[in-house]
Amino acid sequence: MMTFTLWDILRNLLLAARWTVVLSLVSFIGGGLLGMALLYLRIGKARAGRMFVLGYVELFQGTPLLMQLFLAFFGLGLFGIDVPAWLAAGLALILWTAAFLVEIWRGCVESVARGQWEASASLGMGYVQQMRYVILPQAVRVAVPPTVGFSVQVVKGTALTSIIGFVELSKAGTVVTNATFEPFTVYGLVALIYFALCWPLSKSSQILERKLNVAHRNH
Amino acid sequence: MTYRFDYSWIAEYWPVVLKGLVTTVELTLIGTLFGVALGIACAWTRSLGPRWLRPPVVAYVELIRNTPFLIQLFFIFFGLPSLGVQMTEFQAAVLAMVINLGAYSGEIIRAGIEATPRGQFEAGASLAMTRFETFRHVVLIPALQRIWPALSSQIVIVMLGSAVVSQIAAEDITFAANFIQSRTFRAFESYFLTTGLYLLLALALRQALRGVGKMLFPRRAAR
Repeated sequence: MMTFTLWDILRNLLLAARWTVVLSLVSFIGGGLLGMALLYLRIGKARAGRMFVLGYVELFQGTPLLMQLFLAFFGLGLFGIDVPAWLAAGLALILWTAAFLVEIWRGCVESVARGQWEASASLGMGYVQQMRYVILPQAVRVAVPPTVGFSVQVVKGTALTSIIGFVELSKAGTVVTNATFEPFTVYGLVALIYFALCWPLSKSSQILERKLNVAHRNH
Repeated sequence: MTYRFDYSWIAEYWPVVLKGLVTTVELTLIGTLFGVALGIACAWTRSLGPRWLRPPVVAYVELIRNTPFLIQLFFIFFGLPSLGVQMTEFQAAVLAMVINLGAYSGEIIRAGIEATPRGQFEAGASLAMTRFETFRHVVLIPALQRIWPALSSQIVIVMLGSAVVSQIAAEDITFAANFIQSRTFRAFESYFLTTGLYLLLALALRQALRGVGKMLFPRRAAR
């Protein structure tokens, strides 16, 4: 039987953690772009668009991410595509992330006082100008802390992709456990690596919130 | 698309789905009850409790909030037995959910407690209430009322998150779906059905929590 040193375990986990980082980035950026498109519909004037986004959010926030991963994995297969795990993982995580980001951002846009809309309209601004020069600059300030905070959920969400066979940190934890028979050490280390990824994000979200709140109180 | 949906297996397998549904509901109920109790204890410690107890609680909350539920579950179910703690799958799932919700609800409830005006404590004391009575009647109940919507969302998130307990073979809804697809090879259909169940469960749970809120805080309804 082979023996594994602590360094062997840690090295393998860290190598796999790269994929957790990559998948998190892809999901967050892709989800952010899709979230923006959905936000446009959600706060727009067309009723059908608003209803669509409402239904979308309800669907993705009201079902487990794990189920969405399974459906993406097996659902894409229905089209006769041989679905690699990374594709299903990326797709499901992007759709899921967008559903949360659009709700966070909608709250931020709506937090801009009604009078700001009226004031900019009275200056003869059109919808796009109002958004570009008055509403969005203020909404973005409010949006930064909760968006950074949500990125923690995305990183943690990537752990579920191990279940459909994407090899990242959690999957590596299972594989290494099966080789070493040391679940306590391995899962402990896996948890610490996730913590090292997530905690700086959580902390900076809190710090940003405190900073931007001070600015917010001034006007 | 020429794919034909095949739900003919339902006649045979609906008891499996039902059993999974019952397990998920049980997990959620027990997990919520003890999880919120743990959350109240954490919130009390962090805002009013003895100073020496605060750092361990902060460490617990930060550790849980910054690691995935799946890893917490694996650590409890696979890791703890090497320390001599043996559990069934169900017990491990409940424990993981309690620990997880305890950390999140602790932070939510703490926000509610810290929004209590200073004068309320003094008012409680001036009515000859003990510190415990003041906490229970004057601080905690209005705090819970304040944060009830946030707490409700968190409970729904924990219920949905419980789907991963199927990975340690706790027999919840997702376990039923895995079981059925491995027998019938109707993967998409079984996950589609169970996803629908989760959606209904989430809607029902949200309504139920709204009802509980009205029951616990009748004054709000009167206003």
